[in-house]
Order: sequence, then structure tokens, then C-alpha cells
Amino acid sequence: MSSPATLDAHVLDLAWGGVLYWLALGASALFLQARPGLLVRLIFPLGALGALFVAGIGVAGLLLPASSMVLPIGLPDLPFHLRLDALSAFFLVLLGAAAFGVTVHAAGYFRSMAGGPLALLAMWYHLFLAGMAMVLLADDAYAFMVAWEVMALSSYFLVTTDHKIAEIRRAGFLYLLIAHVGAVSLLLAFGVLQGGHGDYTFDTMRAAGVAPFWASAAFLLALFGFGAKAGLVPLHVWLPEAHPAAPSPLSALMSGVMLKTAIYGLLRVTFDLLPMQLGWWGTLALALGLVTALYGVIFAAVQSDMKRLLAWSSIENIGVILAAFGLTLIFRTEGKGELAALTLTALLYHALNHAFFKGLLFVGTGSVLHATGERRMGHLGGLIRSMPWTAWLTLIGALAIAGLPPLNGFVSEWLLLQAFLLTPGLAQPYLNMVIPVAAATVALAAALAAYVMVKFYGVVFLGQPRDPALRQAHEAGWPERLGMLWLGAGCVLLGLFPTQVIQWLEPVVRMLTGQRLPGIGNWLLLTPVSAGRASYAPLVFLAGMAVVVGLTVLWVRRVYHGRVRRSAPWDCGYPEQDARMQDSAEGFGQPIRQIFAVFMRVERETPDPFDRQPRYRGDSRDKVWLLVYQPIADATAWLSRQAGRLQHGRIQWYLVYSFATLIFLLVFAR
Amino acid sequence: MMALAFHLQVVNLLAALLLLISFAMLSQRRVVGLVTLFAWQGAALAVSTAIVAGTTGQYHLYYSAALTFGLKVIAMPWYFYRLVRKLDVNRVVEPLINIPTTMLIGILLVIFAFNLALPISEMSGTVTRSTLGIAIACVLLAFLMMITRTKAIPQVIGFLSMENGLFFAATSATYGMPLVVELGVALDVLVGVFVLGIFIFQIRETFDSLDLKHMEKLKEK
Repeated sequence: MSSPATLDAHVLDLAWGGVLYWLALGASALFLQARPGLLVRLIFPLGALGALFVAGIGVAGLLLPASSMVLPIGLPDLPFHLRLDALSAFFLVLLGAAAFGVTVHAAGYFRSMAGGPLALLAMWYHLFLAGMAMVLLADDAYAFMVAWEVMALSSYFLVTTDHKIAEIRRAGFLYLLIAHVGAVSLLLAFGVLQGGHGDYTFDTMRAAGVAPFWASAAFLLALFGFGAKAGLVPLHVWLPEAHPAAPSPLSALMSGVMLKTAIYGLLRVTFDLLPMQLGWWGTLALALGLVTALYGVIFAAVQSDMKRLLAWSSIENIGVILAAFGLTLIFRTEGKGELAALTLTALLYHALNHAFFKGLLFVGTGSVLHATGERRMGHLGGLIRSMPWTAWLTLIGALAIAGLPPLNGFVSEWLLLQAFLLTPGLAQPYLNMVIPVAAATVALAAALAAYVMVKFYGVVFLGQPRDPALRQAHEAGWPERLGMLWLGAGCVLLGLFPTQVIQWLEPVVRMLTGQRLPGIGNWLLLTPVSAGRASYAPLVFLAGMAVVVGLTVLWVRRVYHGRVRRSAPWDCGYPEQDARMQDSAEGFGQPIRQIFAVFMRVERETPDPFDRQPRYRGDSRDKVWLLVYQPIADATAWLSRQAGRLQHGRIQWYLVYSFATLIFLLVFAR
Repeated sequence: MMALAFHLQVVNLLAALLLLISFAMLSQRRVVGLVTLFAWQGAALAVSTAIVAGTTGQYHLYYSAALTFGLKVIAMPWYFYRLVRKLDVNRVVEPLINIPTTMLIGILLVIFAFNLALPISEMSGTVTRSTLGIAIACVLLAFLMMITRTKAIPQVIGFLSMENGLFFAATSATYGMPLVVELGVALDVLVGVFVLGIFIFQIRETFDSLDLKHMEKLKEK
């Protein structure tokens, strides 16, 4: 920072420049329809550079004081207001860093697409990125909603890239529907927040000082609206449909970044715009978060489609983040500022981590899909031999999401569990009793997430190929590998240097809670509360692991017999083993399906014992669809049928309608 | 003073006639009879408008009266007679609701209309304000007639009769609308009648009948 004063003044201009740059890239993609090669080799890498630039702006924004500006666009007398403060800066870093890896991957992933659809896709893709950045920068409800809708619509068109498939159109429609129901709720929330001033800038909302009742109304509306975007149970139904439907880099962006914009919005409204926070909001958010986390991970465990599994796992992670959000609210309203700071740190950390490892897993899945044309886990297997790069990089993501040290997933979950464990006597006795249960639920979700990842990784990459064609699966190209490398490196570095990351998060935490962590520790040792209470040294852990692994290898190779014996994996000494005998995705998830059968509607086709070509099919469906959405859909259809009965086709009845209306108005509206 | 009172009495008498004719139209089963009644209603309206014009010195109302006479007493009835003869539809047609019930509903509507007009006529400063209730009643009765008839020509006549009521309401409450508006309305009515006439021919050609029941087939399934 050679000249902080000038950078200070222009950092928001630069951020807005980044948005414009993406918009321009998206527009220019349309002119390159005839040159698909140029699209993937030029537009996407340039978009990735933009992402890196935006991430840099975010870092600058974290270090600099907040700045705001008014854009001369928008409606007359209603210009766009932009603001860059620590909160938006942090999420800009998240957006830019994750989008860089994903976009680099996309440059390889889309190489075989035809020119016309590819140009459209590139346009929507960059529009989507610009929309997300604008959501983070917006400083009035109008700009926010415009950006929010740009984000929703562009991602809708990206989800329906393969719109010729009816199932994908249906998934897209469901997504669009829930996105709009949520957007209406947000609009109402902003309407409540402005407190009758008729001025929709966030500054007015901060000063509006709405009454507790209306503050609660605004919070609930915001929770509903942002929850619909984040995939909060029971608003999650679009997520397992839309994520598999979208092309993989898009799933990565939607899951890794777009869900986080909802978290951003929730934080912005709750801690920045609302004048007060109430304790029961936190309890509600905590309960919903825990339900979401558990529900997500249980369904992830029974999936047999790679992307659907990852989508459910995203729901689980959002649940964990939301539980942290609820806990932050509880601590804050109880006056335990330092604990609120700790929980918020865990929340932000986990959001950042999830962007990296879920992005990595989705793009890894994309590479598998590209190489094999298959995402049903029952048709994959043993890919680690034909696709070593993808397999090893995906392994990093899988270990990180499973919450294993020394990777990043461990750090945030550890911090969150620390916060749970450190809960000292809260004022409400019920809450005190419930918090340990909540901690246990988070731990259960984390453990089940590890189980899910064992299944995901084991079935897809390990064992024997379930299809002979898989032996010829081609490895991902260089852009794809680079994208995965970036995201994988992020997972490793975020895990190895937690104190540094927490220091970067500190301005955000201070802005939202007005507190800082009691201690961070030094570069080696992370001590969020005090050294005597809990500490974690990832570098030491890594060194220990390296030493143990190195010594074991050395001992086996040099001291023990030293021979290398190659055999089919997991054959248990049975010579006639073939790929069909391996544990399948359905088989691996079976215990979970048994235990949690109440939540699901299980459809199974078991083969006949005399069948020469036995086939097994199992499908576990979400009951929420049956219990919540089906009645709503039925009621809507019933209502519209009733409304349709008004249309008789008899002119006399139409006249009666007019007559009745006339009489009614004469009686009541004079 | 005396002259004014006399004129007022005449206007009130004409207003009562108007209402009576509306009831007569409700009970009339034959189309030709309906057209005759419509012509008489127009005549009563024209005369009352002319009297109001003479009494109050609102001379543009003379034009309105002349227009009403020309259109509603001569041109349109002549056109309808021709239509009825050409289409040969002058038969007794039972309305949807039987006539006594229709009359009872009509009486209720008249009471309602007077009740409705009471506060308005207290506010209005015109000499003819007491007839406002009758005007509203005429509108509602004409509407009722449209509802109870299933054939095309009675519907059109009901529509025109409603326009008569509106015109009467305008005259009695505010001495009529500005002339430009009245000319526009008259033109609209004229054009409307022609369009409806064309429709009537079309309906007959398509369904081989003027019964509007057949239009139920147009309903979206």
C-alpha cells in the first residue's frame, strides 16, 4: 500500500470497474459465437483474471475503512448506492477467490461445446458473476434487489443450459419459483426496514430505528427470503434439483458462492441494518440450522448421484453456517461479546472454506462427468488410475469437507465446537440445556459428512471400474487441473494458517459485533480463547503426520520385507472377484437409510433371485416435498380450478358479475 | 314560480313514465313490443330534456333533446324493426327468470336506487334533482333486463335503455354533460348499435339462431 490515501478514495471505483469488466466480457462473448475456441481460450481466462482482481479489491476493502458512492444509473431520482465495508469486502474475497478457480476450470470444461450455446453461456456466466458482486456492493434496497434478480435470472438460464431435457426445465422452473418467492419476501423485509420513510437506502434503514415488533417481522421475512436462496429446510427443495441440472462449474459457483450471498444478506440485515437483535431470533436460527444440517447430511448419505450428493452436502454446510449464525445472535443478545465474535469468526471461516472445498468437489465431479459422461455413482469406480490428477485433487476437497486436520474444514468446525463447548451459563435455563444437544448435533453432522465423503470418494475413485469403458477415461485438461489446483491449494493453505485468516476476518467481526477475539495465538498455534483452554497447531500436526507416514513407508520398504505386491483392491482373498461385487453407493448408504427411514420415502426395486441380469434400483426421496409442497401445489390447482368455474360462457352470468359488482360498489363505496 | 312548478310537475310525470316504461320492458315478451317501448322511452327522455332546457336556460340541452329524438325515437327503432322483420325473430320468448319474479326484483332495485339517490340529490342544486332516483332505477332495471334475456336483440335494447337511464341521470343531476361529451356518447351508441347489428347477423349465420346459449360453446375447455 504505497499510497493509501489515493487507493482509499478509489477502491470502490475499482470494485465497480470489476463489475463493469465482467459485464463487458459477457456482452463481448455474444459477438464471438462463430469462434468457440476463442470463447474458451480468451473470455473465460479474462473472466478469471477479473475474479482475481475482485478478490484483490476485497482484500484492500478489508484493510481500508468503509467507503461509499452514488452511481448515476438507476431510475430518475433513484440512483444506485454502493458501499464497500469489511463485510462486503470479505464476501468479495470469497467470490473472487472461488470464482477464479472455477472460471479457470470452466475454460477447459466447456471446450467441446458448440459456439452458439457457448456464447450464451459465457454471457450469462459473467452476468452471474457481476450480479453477485453487485449484491455485495449494493447500499440501497433498490440496487440490491436489481442485483439479486440479475443473479437469480442469470443463474436460472445457466441451470437450464441443457434446456432440451424436460427434467432440467422442471428443475429450472422450481428454482425460479422459489427464488422469486424468496425475493418477494426480501422486498417486504426491506419495506418494513425503511420504517415509513419512503427512502430505501441502507443508511436510512440503519437510522430508521424500527420498533421491536417490526424488527422481528423484518428479520423473519429476511430469514425466509435469504433462507430460500440458501437452501434452508424446508425451502431447500430446489437445491438438489438445480445443482445437478447445471453444468458443473455453475454448480460450483452456485453452491460455493451464490448460497453465501444469502448468508451475506442475512448478516447485513441482522447485524447492520436492524437496530436491535432479539434472543429468540438466534434460537430460531439455531434450531433451523441444526435441522437443515442434519437433514442435509442424512440425504447426502443416501444419494447415488454425485452432484445430487454434493448438493445435499451443501444444504448441510449451510445448516452449520446458519447454526453458527443463530449462536452468534444468542451470544450477542446475552451480552457475551467475545463468544459472539468467536462464533462469527467460525461462521465466516466456514463460509470461505465451503466456497473452496465445495467448489473443488463440484469441478472435480465436472471433470469426471466430462471424461466418462456419467454421474451415477453405480456406473463409476476406480477412476484414481485413469484420472490421477482429478482423483488426488478431489481427495483434498473430500478430506477438507469431511473436517479432517490439517485441512481447512477442520478449523472452522473446531472453532464452532469450541464456541459451543465454551458456552458458560446463559441467562435462559432452557437454552443452557439445549446448547449441548446442539453441539452434539453439529458433531453428528460433521461425522456423517465424513461418512458421506468416504462413500463419495470410495465409490467413484477407488475400487474397480464398474464399467470397462472407464479404463479409457481421459484425464482432465490443463485449465481444469489448474482450476482444481487453485481451489485445492486454498483448502490446504486456509487449513495451515488459520491465525492469519482469522486476522483478516477481524475487521468484519469487529464491524458486526463490536468485539474482537480474546486471543488468536501466533502463526504456529491457534488459541481462540486462551492457550490453557484449547489450542491447535496445524503446521505441527502436518509435520507430525509427515513424519509418521515417512517413517512407516521407510520401515515397510527398508526394514520389513520391502516387496511391492499388486492385487485387486478389497478382494479379501476371493479370486473370482469382479466389479459388481464391490460395495455400491446404495449399499454404503443403507445403514443411514435404515436409521432415518422416517424422513424419507424409499422406492426400491429388488431383483428376482432367478434373474440372470440382476438389477437393483433404490431411490430415497425427500418427504418435505410430499408434506409441504404437494399440498401447496394441490391447493393452488384447486383454487385456479374454482376460479376457472367463473367462466361459464353464458353471457347472462357475465352480466350478473358486472351487476353484482355495480351494486356492491354502490352500496359500499359511495 | 308557478310556471317552474308546472314544468317540474311535467318533468316528474315524464320521469315516472320513464320508470313505467322500464318495467314494461322487463315484462315484454315480444321483440317488436320491446322496440316500440324503447322508442317511447326515448320520446319521454327527449321531451323531458327539452323541458329542462327551456326551464333552466341550458340551451345546449335542446341539441341533446333533438339528438335523442332523432337517434332513439326514429333511427334506431326503425333499424330494429327492419332487423326483426328480416331475421323473423318476433316470437314470444320466455326470459330466464319468470316475469313476476323479475318484477319483484325490479321493485327491490327501485327502492335501492331511491335509497342511493337520497344523499346525492340533497347535495345537488338542480331543479330536477328529485328525479335522480328514477334515473338510477332505470339503469338498474335495464341491466336486469339484459341479464334475464337470452336473445341478442333484447340484449342490445337493454343496453340502449341503460344508456337512456344514464343520460337521464346526467340531465337531472347536473343539467347534462357538456355538449361535446354528449355528441361523443351519441356517436358511440350509434356505432355500437351498428357493430352489434353486424354481430347479430354473424351470430345467426354461425349458430343458425340468435339464442346466446350457443355462445357457451366458445368457452375454453
